[in-house]
Amino acid sequence: MSQTLAEKVWDAHIVHQASGEPDLLFIDLHLVHEVTSPQAFDGLRAANRKVRRPELTLLTEDHNVPTQDIDQPIADLVSRAQVDALRNNAKEFGLKIYSLGDIDQGIVHVVGPQLGLTQPGMTVVCGDSHTSTHGAFGALAFGIGTSEVEHVLATQTLPLKPFKTMAITVNGKLPQGSTAKDIILAVIAKISTGGGQGYVLEYRGEAIRSLSMEGRMTICNMSIEAGARAGMIAPDETTFEYLKGRNHAPKDKDWDDAVSYWKTLKTDDDAQFDAEVIIDANSLTPFVTWGTNPGQGVSIDDVVPDPNSFTNPTEKTAAERALVYMDLKAGTKMRDIKVDTVFLGSCTNGRIEDLRAAAAILKGNKVASSVRMMVVPGSAKVAIQAEHEGLPAIFKAAGADWRSAGCSMCLGMNPDKLKPGERAASTSNRNFEGRQGPGGRTHLVSPLVAAATAITGHLSTPDEIK
Amino acid sequence: MEKFLTHTGSALPLRRSNVDTDQIIPAEYLKRITRHGFEDALFKAWREDPSFVLNKPEYKDATILVAGPEFGTGSSREHAVWALMDYGFKVVLSSRYADIFRGNSGKAGLVTAEVSQDVIEKIWVLVEKDSTTQITVDLDKRQVTAGDLVANFQIDDYVRWRLLEGLDDIGLTLRHEAKITEFEKSRPAYKPVTV
Repeated sequence: MSQTLAEKVWDAHIVHQASGEPDLLFIDLHLVHEVTSPQAFDGLRAANRKVRRPELTLLTEDHNVPTQDIDQPIADLVSRAQVDALRNNAKEFGLKIYSLGDIDQGIVHVVGPQLGLTQPGMTVVCGDSHTSTHGAFGALAFGIGTSEVEHVLATQTLPLKPFKTMAITVNGKLPQGSTAKDIILAVIAKISTGGGQGYVLEYRGEAIRSLSMEGRMTICNMSIEAGARAGMIAPDETTFEYLKGRNHAPKDKDWDDAVSYWKTLKTDDDAQFDAEVIIDANSLTPFVTWGTNPGQGVSIDDVVPDPNSFTNPTEKTAAERALVYMDLKAGTKMRDIKVDTVFLGSCTNGRIEDLRAAAAILKGNKVASSVRMMVVPGSAKVAIQAEHEGLPAIFKAAGADWRSAGCSMCLGMNPDKLKPGERAASTSNRNFEGRQGPGGRTHLVSPLVAAATAITGHLSTPDEIK
Repeated sequence: MEKFLTHTGSALPLRRSNVDTDQIIPAEYLKRITRHGFEDALFKAWREDPSFVLNKPEYKDATILVAGPEFGTGSSREHAVWALMDYGFKVVLSSRYADIFRGNSGKAGLVTAEVSQDVIEKIWVLVEKDSTTQITVDLDKRQVTAGDLVANFQIDDYVRWRLLEGLDDIGLTLRHEAKITEFEKSRPAYKPVTV
């Protein structure tokens, strides 16, 4: 029977199936960080349970670690206690951990792929909604809560109800200046924050095929912002090329066996999706958000929408509320919105390509005096690669602040925060009220728009920069 | 987990859509390593506004949260469910939930009953008129009763059964341990390990 990619990966992991019950799926890789795991380890201790498969589990510190002075003890004592808890749990349960200061430390969704641990056809989970990132490799990857973290630690499985499937077909070629980030912001604006609910999204089409792995990860990363459980892209030569030679990628005969299996991981020609959305990349301009959820986005050439233009009363009310919070007036040109902060980083856009793209624009330019720009690499390895390429020097010469790896200002859990009333252009994934700090205002943008905006002080595209 | 059969209580009308888990509990409060004690962090930013519905004395004993669509979007933090439960909520009523939030609720014992937006609007009107209106959520019958209003609600069959029986998920899975072991033997050699 013909199947979609998601269905193939699902079926290959069924441990137990019975009518009236969820399917029990085997989990190939469990990524763990400090914030959503301590209560899960407590649960194991209380029930006198062990971690079933320590060698399929990887811990790293990312959410609340500082991005400065990382050779010092963490100044925030509550954060330090949580990071210590992760380290102690690693020791007690015999788990691999990449701690602050380790060359492999970083944001969990940057670390997995760069180590070659995320591979096509795998099931990958983590107590973090942006686990959907790993779907870029043709893995079925999704975020889970702490109870499920405990469940996976104890059993290496999860009981799950099958998802529906949605094809997101992106035809054509992206114009100069538009990026993977703009594709996914346009998708979310089109299907809304709830449009993907209950679905695994499969991104297809020419524009997706021509993206690098970094770009594909940016897209799959934000699947959750459309409400989807996961996003996937069928593996191809770009995927194999990225994986080959990485630390944990298969070697020799294992590599050949793996690749021949991975080549079967695509949606069959006559397979049916439960839903399909089509996007034209040819006409796609950079997208930016104006509101307080990631679906409230428009082209940067557009204006802040009038709440009365929404026919759905819930959307109208949400837009009114968002404009009050964002302190914006309907009809204002998006390009006229001034910002005081630019954040380049996160599991969405904190990879080497993102830093390269922003550095190319900042080179020889200065960050506007009214703006502070913070650049936070997604992992220590990304930072090292960036050093190797001379990128930090470019950022610093432009007046930006170059930091150590972590989630940082994406979620305002460490000291990197917006102050009340501050307004950021951010390459992260969520523009929720207070997400980057209480009272802070967020416009989601691509790394190119972030860099151009840092220079001009208002939402801008690179073509405005000399 | 405690068994949940039926619950009767008063309700809090939260007239907002897309209530994301960053609003339910901001990241700052996720640094705690306990599973309880999050009631002070619930809707922390919104509570700073004295006119926010949670601050109104007439709703202080509410145990049923009646919210707009797309409730619980965003971050997977189960702390959102714990904060709601620690505050005293037993049930959430909404027309649409984010998948991860709903899954977390089912694991932790918070009932997420799905009704149409029309029913939500009617309950909002009822409890805004009289905050003492008693609402009954019968999980066995999948029925919500508020004054003269009687409506059926949706909840996943399996989650409903687990909540009714108060069953622990890990215990249920471990009944299949032999099958897990069998599956593990069939995994290809090229699958990676983290060590």
